[in-house]
Amino acid sequence: MALSKELFDAILNGDAKRAHAATETALAEGAEPMQLIADSMVPAMDEVGKLFEAEEYFVPELLLAGRAMKSAMELIKPLLVASGQKMAVRVIIGTVKGDLHDIGKNIVASMLEGSGFEVIDLGADVSPEAFVAAVKERQPHIVCMSALLTVTMPAMKTTIDALSKAGVRTQVKVLLGGAPVTSQYAKEIGADGYSENANGAVGLVKSLLAVA
Amino acid sequence: MMITETVLKYSTLAIQRPDDLLYGVSPLPLACGLGLTIGAGQVFPEVNFTLPAMNIESGTWPVVVAHYDEMASQILRRAVSLGVHGIVLEFELLPPMTDHPVWGAEITAVLKRHLATAHEKYHLPCALRVTPTDIRDQQKPPLMRTGEPWRQLKQSLELCAKAGADILSIESIGGKEVHDQALMYGDFSGIVFALGVLAPRDMSWLWAQIGQICAAHPGVVSGGDSACGFANTAMQLAHQKMLPEVLAAVVRAMSAVRSLSAFEQGAVGPSKDCAYEGPILKAITGRPIAMEGKSASCAHFSPVGNIAAAMCDLWSNESVQNVRLLSGNAPEAYTELLAYDCRLMNTAACAPGGALQLRNWMVASDEWLSPQAAVLSPDAIIRIAAAIVATDTPYHRVIAAGQAAVQVLKDGVAEQKLHLSRKELQWLARIDEALERFPAEEDALLVDLEAQYGSLYDKASYGL
Repeated sequence: MALSKELFDAILNGDAKRAHAATETALAEGAEPMQLIADSMVPAMDEVGKLFEAEEYFVPELLLAGRAMKSAMELIKPLLVASGQKMAVRVIIGTVKGDLHDIGKNIVASMLEGSGFEVIDLGADVSPEAFVAAVKERQPHIVCMSALLTVTMPAMKTTIDALSKAGVRTQVKVLLGGAPVTSQYAKEIGADGYSENANGAVGLVKSLLAVA
Repeated sequence: MMITETVLKYSTLAIQRPDDLLYGVSPLPLACGLGLTIGAGQVFPEVNFTLPAMNIESGTWPVVVAHYDEMASQILRRAVSLGVHGIVLEFELLPPMTDHPVWGAEITAVLKRHLATAHEKYHLPCALRVTPTDIRDQQKPPLMRTGEPWRQLKQSLELCAKAGADILSIESIGGKEVHDQALMYGDFSGIVFALGVLAPRDMSWLWAQIGQICAAHPGVVSGGDSACGFANTAMQLAHQKMLPEVLAAVVRAMSAVRSLSAFEQGAVGPSKDCAYEGPILKAITGRPIAMEGKSASCAHFSPVGNIAAAMCDLWSNESVQNVRLLSGNAPEAYTELLAYDCRLMNTAACAPGGALQLRNWMVASDEWLSPQAAVLSPDAIIRIAAAIVATDTPYHRVIAAGQAAVQVLKDGVAEQKLHLSRKELQWLARIDEALERFPAEEDALLVDLEAQYGSLYDKASYGL
């Protein structure tokens, strides 16, 4: 049973205003922030993921649920920070150099954010140097790269090589996605994982870091 | 010279009856290139080809040029072997080739040399379509009318025209910065705003510029655009079960309004191959169109493989990499596929009523298996096209096109021809309802959406 059924339902139905209000109410009634996340928000997003897998939800429902989760997190995050608790996982994401296609990357970013991860979106046409600089500065756990064009796929390898050369490759897990990319290609160039869709990418991040 | 924001001139249909909407025939055929006339009774292959996975940079440039040289040579060799009656090569520049306009022009010249040789040696009617990449979205929000990317794009168009392009095209992205987000969230207000306000404004401005470039280069024609970044994005997301198919179908119909803007600024066709909204453009303008479908499976999935051919004037493979297959390299293999597709269509057209019969089979084989195919039947095309020309602003046209597409789908469901899942039906009802709720004028929509989308686009880029 969710600690706040109202919050659970609001997220499941993608209602950001209702999720915000339900969180306010729950906190005012003394609910622990971490408990709200664990008992209401994460189960709601898990249910959303299941409905998507079952083809009951499309991406809009998924993203609206993520937006509702985010609006609840806006109230919870400052409380976690104040109590010295940290957000679990930080992800850096971008479309690689030479590639301007970013809708797939944007969907993955939104879904990761909706699942409670801290996401830093570097945008499209991101150079290897920019990925390296962001890793050094922001200390993420995960780097996600996307490419839609076959001719920009080599930039994924260049970026991984640049991370190695800069001595930060072992600090992060590198995940790849995009229409022409394959699991085999990801292995060949030394990535840690590949997903063919956005929901899979969220699952992959969770499994790589053993996040519940 | 003053560039007008939006010039509307189509208020009637060039093709009024569904049965007059046939492949290979357009009311206004186009003579272009080296002895080629498109839309005068025959369908010709339009072959589009690209590089295998490789870096494009100064160091690899000679290899890049060698690939294009090889592809053109092999494509034309196979085309001549199969006795095609005409052919179009399409060169879609990759982003670095537009960033460095001289690179795109160099490849254009290489391809044109091959076509000129084939024309001279084998009397092959042919033309070269060149499509620079719309690179204007490199910053957020994108600057459409100023800045370095636009300067590079304009120079690319000019240099390619000078280097031998016969047809200039582009897959323009004005409005996409809003449409992407609206599509992801299934927000119909944002979709209509992008397709009915932003995109037509950018198209009108951009295609007036392209028209000027063509006017400065005799023999180069202003071809047409594609809603690739809008409706094809929706189609691919629907294929991955990320978006409802009914949404993709309605977006397709609505996207025709922005693609029509190119013709309102003087484009003469053929519209781009990946513009599946092409038949709507053909019905309105009478200009020839390129289409792609089953023989473009090398590039992407589509649920409209046969029906897409039903009204085409050029038949394309969308894009294929220069990789080795058993029969030769992929571009020449796909040339063969297209050549046989066209030969069948052209042979059928020689028999009395043959084109109509083959067209009807192509339509019937896809029409009710997907909402996206249902909105591309000749009947649906005429209904949607008629709704567009019955209204007088892009904003109202987009809503009218959406409503006509919804009605096509609702009729298909009511007649038990189109079978939709419960979720798809819910979305169809949601879209139907959303289309009823739009304000009478676009200014009100602009105000409504400012908070949600205002930061995503540059107002000056749209003359706002």
